[in-house]
Amino acid sequence: MSDTTMTQSRPSLWVRWTSKSPIVVTFFALVLGLLFGAIIIITTNPAVLDAWRALFHSWGAPGHALKVTFDNVGAAYRTMFTGSVINPSSLAHSLTTGRGWSNTLTPLSETLTYATPLLIASIGVGIAFQTGIFNIGANGQAVLGGIAGAVVGSMLHMPTVLHLPLTLIAGIAGGMIAGSVPGLLKAFTGAHEVIVTIMWNYVMYAFLLFVVLSTPFQQPGQQNDISRTMDKSAQLAPLFGTSSGLRVNYGIFVATAVVAFAWWFLERSSLGFDFRITGANPSAAKASGINSRAVLVLVFLVSGGLAGLAGIVQAASTTHFIDGGFLIGNAGIGFTAITVALLGRNKPFGIVWASLLFAALGVGGRAMQASTGIPLDLAAVIQSAIVLFVATPVLVKEIFRLRAAPTSALQLAAKGWGS
Amino acid sequence: MRLELRGITKRFGTFTANDQISITVEPGEIHCLLGENGAGKSTLMNVLFGLLHPDEGEILIDGVVTKFTDSGDAVRRGIGMVHQHFMLVPVFSVAENVVLGFEPTKSLNRVDYKKATEDIRRISKEFDLEVDPDAIVENLPVGLQQRVEILKALSHDAELLILDEPTAVLTPQEIDALMAIMRSLADAGKSILFITHKLKEVKAVANVITIIRQGRVVGTAQPSDSESKLASLMVGREVDLTVEKSAFSPGAEVFEIRDLVVRDDRGLVAVNGVSLDVRAGEIVALAGVQGNGQTELVEAIAGMRRVESGSITLNGRDITNASPRAVLDSGLGHIPEDRQRDGLVMSMSVADNLVLNTPRRAPFARRGSRNLGAVNQNAERLIKDFDIRTNSPQELVSSLSGGNQQKVIVARELSRPLEFLMASQPTRGLDVGSIEYVHRQMVDHRNAGNAALIVSSELDEVFALGDRIAVMYAGKISGIVDPTSSREAIGLLMTGTTDADQ
Repeated sequence: MSDTTMTQSRPSLWVRWTSKSPIVVTFFALVLGLLFGAIIIITTNPAVLDAWRALFHSWGAPGHALKVTFDNVGAAYRTMFTGSVINPSSLAHSLTTGRGWSNTLTPLSETLTYATPLLIASIGVGIAFQTGIFNIGANGQAVLGGIAGAVVGSMLHMPTVLHLPLTLIAGIAGGMIAGSVPGLLKAFTGAHEVIVTIMWNYVMYAFLLFVVLSTPFQQPGQQNDISRTMDKSAQLAPLFGTSSGLRVNYGIFVATAVVAFAWWFLERSSLGFDFRITGANPSAAKASGINSRAVLVLVFLVSGGLAGLAGIVQAASTTHFIDGGFLIGNAGIGFTAITVALLGRNKPFGIVWASLLFAALGVGGRAMQASTGIPLDLAAVIQSAIVLFVATPVLVKEIFRLRAAPTSALQLAAKGWGS
Repeated sequence: MRLELRGITKRFGTFTANDQISITVEPGEIHCLLGENGAGKSTLMNVLFGLLHPDEGEILIDGVVTKFTDSGDAVRRGIGMVHQHFMLVPVFSVAENVVLGFEPTKSLNRVDYKKATEDIRRISKEFDLEVDPDAIVENLPVGLQQRVEILKALSHDAELLILDEPTAVLTPQEIDALMAIMRSLADAGKSILFITHKLKEVKAVANVITIIRQGRVVGTAQPSDSESKLASLMVGREVDLTVEKSAFSPGAEVFEIRDLVVRDDRGLVAVNGVSLDVRAGEIVALAGVQGNGQTELVEAIAGMRRVESGSITLNGRDITNASPRAVLDSGLGHIPEDRQRDGLVMSMSVADNLVLNTPRRAPFARRGSRNLGAVNQNAERLIKDFDIRTNSPQELVSSLSGGNQQKVIVARELSRPLEFLMASQPTRGLDVGSIEYVHRQMVDHRNAGNAALIVSSELDEVFALGDRIAVMYAGKISGIVDPTSSREAIGLLMTGTTDADQ
């Protein structure tokens, strides 16, 4: 059918160039997200609005209004970049004088610090998505992982070689326990994982408040909802020592190991193959003899375990304690992980890039707020807009005329809702 | 109505589904459009019915160039379509279904059911299409449901009826009745465009036959032409419609089911006390109209559906209610009815699909880690042995044609050590060439002394393959006959008339 009778009408160069890789749609979604953010800045920034108001009220020079607009949008995105990746002038200074490296590397260090636990949690969510499971409970699982790890890290005392691995394992175990509940309920009663995990998150938050206020675990001498501090031997130490001021830490090795594991698991392991068959076609999975109940429970153990690991990596690398606000609200990496996994197409290496991007937007957003006064929420708006555009590939294709580009891999997400 | 299609061309991207197709249907003519699946028949009908817009060419009705903006437009111009899958609301009455979307109304926009019922009585009488207007559609047999579809088209004053593969779900008797209806409609001056890939039906009813292949009209034929001539025009080469079997010499009993009872998804008894046995070197063909419990029976045997009572034994081992994995491991090969749903993972490669139910078996995996080299080698060997047309083992199975997808399943099942092969509708939706190939594989498997159960609602297939033919009706085996029996006899069994009734 494909060769003989087809009359080839040659597609345009643009279509051919852009139809090569599915990453193209994601890239253009990013561009659209940034454009969308620019529109938000223009329509909300007082300086920009004033300039335009002046133009219409007193017939000022239109050039001025445009200049203010470009200056403001430019400043916002410039500070976002310099605050999350590198500041060129600071780099030049360090290179010429050999000093101030700590300052120069801080943005990158911060981005990596934020990206580390996010990456781990996102891998967990991505594996669940590939199995057709929508794990909205990653945050609750991360919370329980953080609690379990922090308990082991602060209440047991032993040398680093034992203490750190044990702390991380406790985090994984905590996440697995939290994940096993929706997994077992879905496998044996058919309860929908989205509903169960959303509700289960609240149980985890309540449990968190309970443990940080209970005497054995509470910081001695404190009445507030704050835990004991983890031992040095249980912390993920900064890579360049505490004195460097750079927070980037040994957690990135944990994250690297997780990425390697996830790649092997999905691409090479027999169990991962079962997971992917189940995600891509549950009926065929059943017909080919895969035990779907076992897969359902196991995927929640794997996904929950990784979320739990993310939780304890977060606690062990930055604060070294947990409090009542641990992973709540903006800090809810388990929720961000869902969007990161989608952006990364649920593939380990895709998720690496997506989590770095999201961490950079978050870190850069803070720098932007500090220096330009544009609220940090803009970063969240851009993040959301990017994901929205990735989730509507038809729209992106229409805007950029990418008719032939392969469609994004978000069907798995949709399946999570349907099953 | 005189319908003329002139140079219709429809492209999807770089693929040309219809290439310069020209057809004329005269008033009172039954015009058959014969072609394999994927030849472009359905695309052409969708163009004609206003669902797709042609890139080139024009449609003329009674000599006037006409453009349809949508299907409603086509209906207003007197074109009626009877879809392959009925577009009826099961819980509505016949009358409600017929007037749906074009309801006659009384004052205050109330639906005038009385008028609707009367209209249907009138049309029924005029064209000899007897249906009770007050019957609920879901309670009607499939043949009558189809009649409702035809009534619906006629009630909109259709002058040209398009029947898209109308016989796929009918019993032989219902097919005969449909043919009679088609003839009487044609006698009344209606034009009929009849789309099918079944040669017998074409020969029985057509006035004119147009054959399309790969989007083009490749020729016209007379109803008096031989089946093999029609088939070779359709496929583009000589086709052998009969499968040669070695002499029938059944061996020991391999597979046995006793008094099997299975419920369907709604909890109703779908398989009601079925007993059947299959011997080595024998193909038992299970015939029957779709929906008489065959699907549930097959799922129960494969371990995918719970057996309520009764037993299934394979070479003396009890596999009743065993898990699908245990059933597969016991040496049962399964070619499922819905290959895209149960047999393949469309988003995975040919190589992965070829080990779909043996991923952990040596050499494909060791200690939980897959050996992709072995998986690939296996794929390369099977692609060659089973003539699977694919660019590479890594190609996604979704990009293969239906016939080659089925070959992937056949290759996967026949390449592992089997004690018993169960195939459900193994050639549904396949083109003649692929049917020929799949049949060859099944018969070779049997000639080598293996046992097989083939479930099919295609009588041609049942006769071509079966050494014994079991007929299923309403969850029971209504009879087991020789392949030398007449079609009529099996047709009667398919409607539940057992020997005792005759």
